[in-house]
Amino acid sequence: MNRIEINFERCKGCYLCVDACPKHLIEQGKELNACGYYPARPTAETTCTACALCATVCPDCAIEVFKEVEATPAKAAGASKVQPEGIKSCG
Amino acid sequence: MADRGPKKLVKGNVALAEGAVQAGLRCYFGYPITPQNEVPEYLSGRLPQVGGIFLQAESELASINMVLGAVAAGVRAMTSSSSPGISLMQEGISFLAGDQLPAVIVNVMRCGPGLGGIKTTQGDYYQATRGGGHGDYRTIVLAPTTVQEMFDFAVLAFELADKYRNPVLILADAVIGQMAEGAYLVPDRPIVTVDKPYIVTGAQGRPPQNIRSMYLEGDDQEELNYVLQDKYRLIERDEVRYKTTQIDDAETVLVAFGTAARIALSAVREARKMGMKVGLFRPVTLWPFPTPQLRELSQRVNKFFDFELNLGQMVDDVRAAVVPGTRVEFYGRPAGGLPTPADVIQKLKEL
Amino acid sequence: MQKKVFSRPEGLLDVTTHYCAGCTHGTAHRLVAEALDHFGVRERAVGVAPAGCSVMMYKYFNCDTIEAAHGRALAVGTGIKRARPDLFVFTYQGDGDLASIGLCETMHAANRGESISVIYVNNAVYGMTGGQMAPTTLLCQRTTTTPAGRTVANEGFPLKMAELMANLEGVTYCERAAMYDVKQVRRARKAIFHAFEIQIQHNGFGFVELLSACPTNLKMPPAKAQKWVADEMVKTFPLGVFKDLPPGPSPAPSSAPAALAEEGTAHAV
Repeated sequence: MNRIEINFERCKGCYLCVDACPKHLIEQGKELNACGYYPARPTAETTCTACALCATVCPDCAIEVFKEVEATPAKAAGASKVQPEGIKSCG
Repeated sequence: MADRGPKKLVKGNVALAEGAVQAGLRCYFGYPITPQNEVPEYLSGRLPQVGGIFLQAESELASINMVLGAVAAGVRAMTSSSSPGISLMQEGISFLAGDQLPAVIVNVMRCGPGLGGIKTTQGDYYQATRGGGHGDYRTIVLAPTTVQEMFDFAVLAFELADKYRNPVLILADAVIGQMAEGAYLVPDRPIVTVDKPYIVTGAQGRPPQNIRSMYLEGDDQEELNYVLQDKYRLIERDEVRYKTTQIDDAETVLVAFGTAARIALSAVREARKMGMKVGLFRPVTLWPFPTPQLRELSQRVNKFFDFELNLGQMVDDVRAAVVPGTRVEFYGRPAGGLPTPADVIQKLKEL
Repeated sequence: MQKKVFSRPEGLLDVTTHYCAGCTHGTAHRLVAEALDHFGVRERAVGVAPAGCSVMMYKYFNCDTIEAAHGRALAVGTGIKRARPDLFVFTYQGDGDLASIGLCETMHAANRGESISVIYVNNAVYGMTGGQMAPTTLLCQRTTTTPAGRTVANEGFPLKMAELMANLEGVTYCERAAMYDVKQVRRARKAIFHAFEIQIQHNGFGFVELLSACPTNLKMPPAKAQKWVADEMVKTFPLGVFKDLPPGPSPAPSSAPAALAEEGTAHAV
């Protein structure tokens, strides 16, 4: 399942990701982090497409994005998949 | 003394520039201002011959910061200017001290305050020795009086700068810079280079490194200052330099540096011929000031005559150095006023 | 099986920054770090920090950095690059640092065609010192030193650096981008990559102006601040490429000029 992880302590609650997500899958959290912000968090829905728009606008690099890829045994073992141009991976 | 080959007739500014090149100067950044223009002019042709960089910057502000960049990257770098230009460089010099970076700055003094004429003067003593920039910092200050010393002190300046990771100032003036004298243009000492692990050259095979002088956490800034002060005590202990002439039996000792010391030297010789027991004490390092040496001398000599080409700046340090009760008289002429040895002798007589 | 498709670039240290919530300095930092990774220059890079909000960038960039006095980053950068032409030098500066106190250093480094990449974050206020007017404060924009709004009569016009840079022959590439939405962040990323490329491949001077939001000093929530940049700032600071010379013999400041000074200089010794 495609998903994102928002670093609870790093997020400063600017919510730019909330606006950026085309499917509104991110919301304002209810818990305070150590700095006194309410970090954003993914909603319960599971229709994330791993488009990474949220991570692209996040000023604090607080969002990691995970994409579901079919496990093709041979290739998956070694060859590093060439990153499609569309998805800006900056790892 | 090592064979330094034939003497050459050369201007002070050019001798200094050549000394810097032979000391390993590889980046010079400067800006035109009389009376030091021979330094950049000479280096603009000379540095490329040794694979070095000469760049005339857009201002003295830019020059000192280019020097800061070059030394931060591990290269021997220098700038030269004259009084107003040196005033523009004060922030940069304070940064060099705070960053603990080795750099050589040459001030061929001209008159002040303000724009000032281009005659010889020594009006920048306070600025040079008290630090014209902000914060508790010191710069080593070397005061040449001859063309030979212009060459030799350029070599020495780079060695001291690297040794203590500190800016070093050479304080000359129009006479010493512009006049030509015979001088050996071969260093009187081996060129010493030191390892510089602190420089920024890209974090290859090591964690990233940073050069800065702003510390916000806890008392880091205070700690830095104590580190600097320990260094300055060390410099005060080990790097004082001065020269004396006929002080063994002197009843009055003249204290003078730079061009004033040249005049004082002639005055001492003339006065001796007239039977006056006078001598000369010439500080070579204006900081660290030869306070201990003057104090010791003042145990025996109770009359000092401070002679400067300003209205009294080094005299403060002389008065602070001598034992209480010692008489310290002052004679000086500012902003281009150039007394003759006879004038000095006249003043000596009036003591 | 899951594959991580977005994460912190190696060029950025794994720490929380001091920047305010919604401040796009953070975004700019990530894009620069991505460029350092992409071109593999992190290990020979030296970043020159300004005085301003990003003075503490040494805590965030995973490369060597040095703090310049306010306004002097491009002079310090020149010194580093001339001393060590093999190093990759970039300056990261705010509008006060680059366009106010440092304007002279900026113009001359640009016109000398120094092989340096300049990341210029323009947020129309002095952030670190609490929201005073910047050289790029918009007309009528209120700041703590223009309480009634900036006026032409008293404060004159906002300074347009990208346009100024484009008119200097020493400049190889110059663009103004922004970071107020995904599209602009991607464009800014391309611009930064291109500026880095210009230095690495052609020893050219690359200049990227990034319009940025300062929610704290605009006194707006992050989203509104971004919108202000998009709606208001862009009117005064139009986005686009203002100059992009094709690769060719750009005025590379060589480390040693071809012709040795002839022997008979006026001061031959």
